[in-house]
Amino acid sequence: MNAIDVLTQVVEVLIAIAVAPLYLGWVNQCRAWLQNRNAPPLLQTYRLIRKLLHKDAVLATHASPIFRGVPYVLFGTMVLVAAIIPTISVDLPFGRVADAIALVGLFATARVAIALAAMDIGTAFGSLGARREMLIGFLAEPALLMVFFTTSLLVGSTALPATVAALVQHELAIYPSLAFAAVAFLMVLLAENARIPIDNPATHLELTMIHEAMVLEYSARHLALIEWASALKLFNYACIGFALFVPWGIAGGDAPVTALLPATVLLAAKLLVAGSGLALIETVSAKLRIFRAPEFLATAFLLAVLGMLIRLLLGS
Amino acid sequence: MAALGSPIVWFLAVALFWFALGVLGLARSRSILYIGRMLFPLGAVGGLVLAAVAFGAIASTPETLVLPIGLPDLPFHLRADALTCFFLLLLGTVAAGISIFAAGYFRAGTGSTPGLLCLQYHMFLASMTLVLLADDAYAFMVAWETMALSSYFLVTSQHRVPEIRRAGFLYLLIAHVGAIAILLCFGVLQGGSWQFTFDAMRTANLSSTWATIAFLLATFGFGAKAGLVPLHVWLPEAHPAAPSPVSALMSGVMLKTAVYGLLRVTFDLLHVQTWWWGLLLVGLGLFTALYGVVFAAVQTDMKRLLAHSSIENIGIIFAAVGLAIAFDAYQMPELAAIALAAGLLHCLNHAYFKSLLFLATGSVLHATGERNLGKLGGLARRMPWVAGLALIGTAAIAGLPPLNGFVSEWLLLQAFLFTPTVPQPFVNMLLPLGAALLVLTAALAGYVMVKFYGVIFLGQPREPKLEQAHDAGRLERLGLLWLAAGCVLLGVLPVPVFALLSHVSEFLLDTPLANHTPSLWLLAPISAARASYSPLIFFVSILLVVAIAFVVVRRLYHGRVRRAPPWDCGYPALTARMQDTAEGFGQPIRQIFESFFRMTRELPSPFDARPHYRVQVADRLWHALYLPLATAVQRTAELVGKLQHGRIATYLLYSFVTLLVLLMIVL
Repeated sequence: MNAIDVLTQVVEVLIAIAVAPLYLGWVNQCRAWLQNRNAPPLLQTYRLIRKLLHKDAVLATHASPIFRGVPYVLFGTMVLVAAIIPTISVDLPFGRVADAIALVGLFATARVAIALAAMDIGTAFGSLGARREMLIGFLAEPALLMVFFTTSLLVGSTALPATVAALVQHELAIYPSLAFAAVAFLMVLLAENARIPIDNPATHLELTMIHEAMVLEYSARHLALIEWASALKLFNYACIGFALFVPWGIAGGDAPVTALLPATVLLAAKLLVAGSGLALIETVSAKLRIFRAPEFLATAFLLAVLGMLIRLLLGS
Repeated sequence: MAALGSPIVWFLAVALFWFALGVLGLARSRSILYIGRMLFPLGAVGGLVLAAVAFGAIASTPETLVLPIGLPDLPFHLRADALTCFFLLLLGTVAAGISIFAAGYFRAGTGSTPGLLCLQYHMFLASMTLVLLADDAYAFMVAWETMALSSYFLVTSQHRVPEIRRAGFLYLLIAHVGAIAILLCFGVLQGGSWQFTFDAMRTANLSSTWATIAFLLATFGFGAKAGLVPLHVWLPEAHPAAPSPVSALMSGVMLKTAVYGLLRVTFDLLHVQTWWWGLLLVGLGLFTALYGVVFAAVQTDMKRLLAHSSIENIGIIFAAVGLAIAFDAYQMPELAAIALAAGLLHCLNHAYFKSLLFLATGSVLHATGERNLGKLGGLARRMPWVAGLALIGTAAIAGLPPLNGFVSEWLLLQAFLFTPTVPQPFVNMLLPLGAALLVLTAALAGYVMVKFYGVIFLGQPREPKLEQAHDAGRLERLGLLWLAAGCVLLGVLPVPVFALLSHVSEFLLDTPLANHTPSLWLLAPISAARASYSPLIFFVSILLVVAIAFVVVRRLYHGRVRRAPPWDCGYPALTARMQDTAEGFGQPIRQIFESFFRMTRELPSPFDARPHYRVQVADRLWHALYLPLATAVQRTAELVGKLQHGRIATYLLYSFVTLLVLLMIVL
């Protein structure tokens, strides 16, 4: 662990924090184009966050400290997640502190925190959203872990930097196990980030909403943090996907500092492509009823398990 | 240690001290002040002494002691080795917290007098100590039965309520069925030598068939005590019936004596192990875990919910033990050590967070008189201490990093994952599926705990009387604080605990637990390249990042905070009844796992003037297994009863016929 590694780590986290709203803006823009709408500006998410930060907060009369503290916890966990995922370099000092299982644990912490905050005020919508979020969560979490297990079996390590370092050096070959895992991961990504077909990120006041139902009572700086944390979550998920399934370009173990620049450019390119892809998926698919969500996620889980079995049985 | 006497004498002394405290309780059996302010805190001190001595003795060589009491020629043998010391450490520290809580908790009620409770409580503690110390089958069974009986009396302390009497009966019944199996297991283990000391059993040569029979009997017997499905039915009945400190003690500590017994029999007394024993335990354990957590999700009584969650955790522990057996049979001692460490660590963790949560429900019960989740809510504002400490327990049991529940789950997953070297391909394939099931269970546990905490402590009070709820007293808070501190410390600094676990695995498996990066804050059980986790740095980072976010946002945007009624999408007539109840929160689980339950539902018709929705969820096993069994026993009893009609002449005839038959056989 030297100074450059630490610096890389800090830069990586700062990139995540800064770029995440931009990425969300890009997805929204692509989606608007695909749906023949006038697209909002690319920087719309920043404007929203800025506006919210400048407002006075309105809290429900009996909101407890949990309600006020959760946005910070949410933001903090997402920043930590960003510190674990190798996006531009695999030399991450923080990678040894937490592995993929701890990463899933962090996502779980964030989920439990926001569900508890939603139940805190005691409105019908809040607890309904919390219940649905936990439902999606308990189905998505095993699928996500199975995806990690499949990739970790490939290289014999649950540490993400080690996994990525090994995957980068593999030559371009199609691993059936990774293909299954990738589909499963995509499904988890859609479900966990409140995207269509599980949830509608653009909706408000619809009986089927999940994420928005939980944050209805938030305003001002708390809401800004929550929005930012959601953007970070989407960004993080995209980066996990890049790290596991298209790792090429991420600076390897002994790469010189100059390798970070092309890695960053490549990351931007990947984000552009992935964002438009996500928008495409959201445009062509219809939202499922909430009762269909378990089937959707069970499919993801089974695909991930299948990927792992293929890895174990055929070794490919 | 030599100057202070040998550890085993200390252990025995603490057990006797507890027994004496119990008897002293009878002296002024109605004085809450005397019992609560003096005897229970003294009991807590006893627990601390026990834990301290066990901590010091875990690395030393096993010690034995032969007591001059017992039957003629059958004296009590006691022994303290690493396994015993580890469980004594668990018992001592957790019991200290529970005793302090109990000091402020017990008050005069309709049930047993405080003095009687004090006697039974301390007898319970002393008998558990002796179970762990016993070194022959006779002493073990005596202690085991004392433990069952004293806890039975504690469960039925509110013996005027018929349901509680019934729960106690069921508990006693299953405890005894299990005890018979354990007795038979010891019978097999002595292997024809007719020596019932554990030393003799260690040297006995059992054929593999008899070893398997002994293992199956032990699994059944200890499984009954631990609550392995299908022998789990007593847990959700007995735990809500008992006073909360007793539930905490039973769930946190007593269930672990069953784990201890199983480890003692399989690893210490039996030498040969077969791989399928391990797989059987893994399967049973994982099924139990899933079964427990699914039922916990649909409970509406807070203590029943926790009891089901105990079934889940016991399942996880048994799966870990099974994995250790399988690896040991495959001659892979390092992996076996990891699996065993995961199981033992989960024992310790579960003892802390489950006791904490049971005690918290006790405080809630005292403050509100309500156990039904549908009638609680919003207690975080009335009981900030209990709510805050229970939040730690909730997060720990939900397996969230950096608290202690996560560490053992992480370790167990590591053990499950890195199995591709197992010689049998299909086992190789099955074990990662076990990991999948474990992950599903853990994720569901998160669901259950959000429901538990959210419905009790968050939201608005569902009943007007909850507005008068008051926080727990000082002693109760201290007990909760002790256990919550344990949850945090075990989660953030698990590496020192690994040193203890290493002694246990060295004793049971002849292999110390490997920690490849020997530093206080980094955990790397297999190798640093494979997986590492550093809870302390993790914890500090979380605090740091959250603090930075807080400071930056508050510095830059110090907007005012205005209080207003909840918005709720502009709906003004918000009442507390519109919140999700426990039934509502559990509804998705009920729908997904419908085949697990036996449900009776009454749906209102659209034209009802006063619509009522009623749903009752019952255990299928109860109807499929226990009721038929009970009917069969009753039928048989009726048949046998025909022999008895109270006429002396007939009885004389029976004796005469018996005598004739016996004579015929003899001659």
